[in-house]
Amino acid sequence: MPITEYTEENVAELLRALPPAPTGWVTAAAELPRARAELDTIVALATADAEFRRALIEDLETALRAAGFTADRRRVVELRRRLEL
Amino acid sequence: MGFTTVMDVESTDGELVALCRAGDERAWATLVERYSRYVYAIAVQGFRLPEPDAEDVFQDAFARAFERLDSLRDDDAFRPWLAQMTRRLCIDICRRRRDEGESPEVDVEDPSEELERLDEALAVRDALGRLSGDCREILDRFFTQDESYRTIGEALELPAGTIASRISRCLGRLREDLEGRKAVVLES
Repeated sequence: MPITEYTEENVAELLRALPPAPTGWVTAAAELPRARAELDTIVALATADAEFRRALIEDLETALRAAGFTADRRRVVELRRRLEL
Repeated sequence: MGFTTVMDVESTDGELVALCRAGDERAWATLVERYSRYVYAIAVQGFRLPEPDAEDVFQDAFARAFERLDSLRDDDAFRPWLAQMTRRLCIDICRRRRDEGESPEVDVEDPSEELERLDEALAVRDALGRLSGDCREILDRFFTQDESYRTIGEALELPAGTIASRISRCLGRLREDLEGRKAVVLES
């Protein structure tokens, strides 16, 4: 039920109702545009460079790290989807 | 903490969405900061998801929102649109867990009453953003970060004995803001 009167008690309760999300989650979500741009770069590189593509197919995480990219779980999953691995 | 930039406090969701479409990364980060607690609360409090599932929902909700910004018909409706996507993701994951037999007791009914409460909490959070910096900080530290009077006093270089009265005064201002806005809504 919506609150009809704001008392100190229910305002305090509502303030407590939204604790912060873990910092790492927020940072990752905030960096989505950059992460997406980096994925586009990796896919473009894999399309243009057969050797890099071969390395990605062989061992995605290792090839990414060797090329200077981070290889966190979400990025790897998304890249596998995009590269149809 | 949040509440750090002029953009954060002053820009409407519609303005931020328009900036995001134009490739403004800061605008996107502001939207994420503005709604991170809300999306987190829907997953963890509304649907009582465990942390790993809540993290998946959290990231997927923002990723979908980012990818589908062009399909948002009303830029100012970003919040309900994001909430709807988050709810669907929560329901999907609850059903998946139930079907996998991991959480057969999971109730996948949409907990609408709890979600209504979170909407109210977000309105209070918005009002908090309109208070002075001192009030925002002291209320946030006390109510959402659960800091003691002593910790707050040390951080803000205030005697611990004055913290309670400051909290009460700031809470009063927050109530005034909320009551004022409610009156405007009722009159219009």
